[in-house]
Amino acid sequence: MKIETLLSQAGSKWDNRTGAVSMPIYQVATFRHPELGKSTGFDYSRSGNPTRAVLENILAKLEGGAKAFAFSSGMSAIDCLLRIFMPGDHLIVTEDLYGGSYRLFEEYKKLGIDFSYVDTSSWENILFYINERTKAIFIETPTNPLLKVADLYKIGKIAKENKLLLIVDNTFLTFYLQKPFLFGADIVVYSASKYLSGHNDVIGGILVVKDETLAEKVYFYQNSIGSILGPFDSWLVLRGLKTLHLRMERQCRNALKIAKWLEHHHKVKKVYYPGLKNSIWYNILKKQSKGFGAMISFEVESASIVPAILSKVETFLFAESLGGVESLITYPYLQTHSAMSEDLRRRLGINDRLLRLSVGLENYEDLINDLDNALNVG
Amino acid sequence: MKIKTKIIHSGIDKDPYTGASSIPIYQVSTYAQEDPIKLGKYDYGRSDNLTRHAVEEAVANLEGGIKGFAFGSGMAAISSVFLLFKPGDSIVVTEDVYGGTYRVLNTIFKSWGLKSIFVDMSEPEKIIKAIEPDTKAIFVETPTNPVLKIIDLSAVSEIAKKFNLISIIDNTFMTPYLQRPIEFGFDIVIHSATKFLGGHSDLIAGIVVVKNEELAVKIKRIQNSFGAILGPMDSFLLHRGLKTLAVRLEAQQKTAFELAKWFVNERGVKRVFYPLLDDHKGKEIHIRQADGGGAVLSVEFETFDIAYKFMKSVKIPLLGVSLGGVESILSYPSTMSHASMPEGERLKRGISNSLVRLSVGLEDVDDLKEDFSSALYIALSKS
Repeated sequence: MKIETLLSQAGSKWDNRTGAVSMPIYQVATFRHPELGKSTGFDYSRSGNPTRAVLENILAKLEGGAKAFAFSSGMSAIDCLLRIFMPGDHLIVTEDLYGGSYRLFEEYKKLGIDFSYVDTSSWENILFYINERTKAIFIETPTNPLLKVADLYKIGKIAKENKLLLIVDNTFLTFYLQKPFLFGADIVVYSASKYLSGHNDVIGGILVVKDETLAEKVYFYQNSIGSILGPFDSWLVLRGLKTLHLRMERQCRNALKIAKWLEHHHKVKKVYYPGLKNSIWYNILKKQSKGFGAMISFEVESASIVPAILSKVETFLFAESLGGVESLITYPYLQTHSAMSEDLRRRLGINDRLLRLSVGLENYEDLINDLDNALNVG
Repeated sequence: MKIKTKIIHSGIDKDPYTGASSIPIYQVSTYAQEDPIKLGKYDYGRSDNLTRHAVEEAVANLEGGIKGFAFGSGMAAISSVFLLFKPGDSIVVTEDVYGGTYRVLNTIFKSWGLKSIFVDMSEPEKIIKAIEPDTKAIFVETPTNPVLKIIDLSAVSEIAKKFNLISIIDNTFMTPYLQRPIEFGFDIVIHSATKFLGGHSDLIAGIVVVKNEELAVKIKRIQNSFGAILGPMDSFLLHRGLKTLAVRLEAQQKTAFELAKWFVNERGVKRVFYPLLDDHKGKEIHIRQADGGGAVLSVEFETFDIAYKFMKSVKIPLLGVSLGGVESILSYPSTMSHASMPEGERLKRGISNSLVRLSVGLEDVDDLKEDFSSALYIALSKS
């Protein structure tokens, strides 16, 4: 069955009692046992909830993994994932990753887990950092906010040869466009608040793991720590998933049009979008993904015009987050990446002239006009 | 089974599928069928929804009716009941009925041909006098809103039987925990479930409970044909709120009675309306037919100025429309619940411009007294 079919019928055939074509929301804490020593398969909602289970199962299937796990946020998903490592372990991670992940990694450093922040867009760098304590490679691709692309095929090979776990944060592209398991990844991470749910109305996180052994470990931590996704939010993600394919396609198309337009604006100095043919990432991303995503970053001529742009935009919402049906504009320097040191931000190119767009489902001409007005005032 | 147990375990209270201790939220519009000819019990969400059925059954059980129906609001419930009648029919209605009921009767149903005869029902003989050849029903609220007059349920139901009328009551203020009109012979009980049944000021809903199968079939047809149903999420919240009905009402009415007695002795207060106060004309009847005074009281101040300053100065209750929530709510009937009634009609019903209605919540009674005391002090001091 094709991905679109699976998506649009996610949870639609679960309930045999009434035939309900939408998954019931099991807003429940505990389950009655049929008799002593017997269980319906559900005992307590932290351990398993029917609504969450349907979401987890469909995600495992679509991503191509053994099991998926839903968490109360993207960060709690990554937090749970990091529990499988021990003090002394070493991870190689993408340097320009989401600021929240960076902050969390810095916390884990205090617990004795070591992280090397590496430009994973050139795979040779990874080889350089591998040592005998290295246990995993954690990458984001494309990166946030500069949209650098890592070569999944090459990195998958490196991970295999060195017996490292490969973890991919696939939030920006989703399995609809890019399937890291095909390239040898072991764990795929999502902030489900973004494209998976797609309506800017849920906070959630997902881990999908490739094999059963790893799944058991992750389940142990999910159940023990308990940072699960609630039934109603699980249902909303499930509901959002049904239009993932439509949303991604339209949002990618809108993004390409806007990126092309931005390239020619006199106040825009640089556009970061891997779908532009002149992008150095174009060929590699085309090889490993069905599309280029709907995130764009661009640098304006000076930092002094940024406040005016942010206050002038009307169609774009000036807000953090991304991946929803509404277009958002973000100022990474002070918002998503403020947790990073000034030095690191500077080295990565996250400067005070950089703006990030999450392109939504609006009419692209309206979006372009909105940006044009804002830029011309700024 | 006692009512407190019934409140927790009424109707569908468990999921037979998984054992889940609460009813799943069936947020669904349609149901897959196994056979094109023999359709299953569930075919479309407007007609049947398991989450909605759970709360419908729960309230029906508490009221002692045979079937319950949940609507998108109290007014949707009331209007759906009025659809039982046909042009040319008339109904006798409690004079100081809720303003929204008054409005729908006096505008939409009036122009459509249903006549309403408003009567002070605290004297049952007046009902008999008002009955006309085309009268089909009696519509009652007791205690009334906002001056809490008491109507004798047995007397009304006897009149209804004698004249072959359908007896209908809006039981919102009392809920089945305190008053079960079907036990007194009433045919239809209506609720704004937004109030005490839901109890958390977080949903809008209405309920209709009927006594017999004939009415059940008719109301079901109306509910399904007009489709003013309650959605699954709100049905779930209502069911959830229902579980604490007994504990909420007990605490709320205890505080309400204490505050009513307290207001009586305060300066600037002209009159306090609460069914259990000794000077309340309907006290005896109320005690006979209900298990408590409820959590709503009204206070008439000596002047509009005092009432106004009092409302402006209170800090704990929120000022607004509605009642029955866990938070105390102070309302000004003249501009809120009874704004749709002309001033002349309002005054005739004792709803003066210095009347304030209080729905008592779960706050500490001493905090409320202190708040009211300082608000009164401000209201009474010369500015």
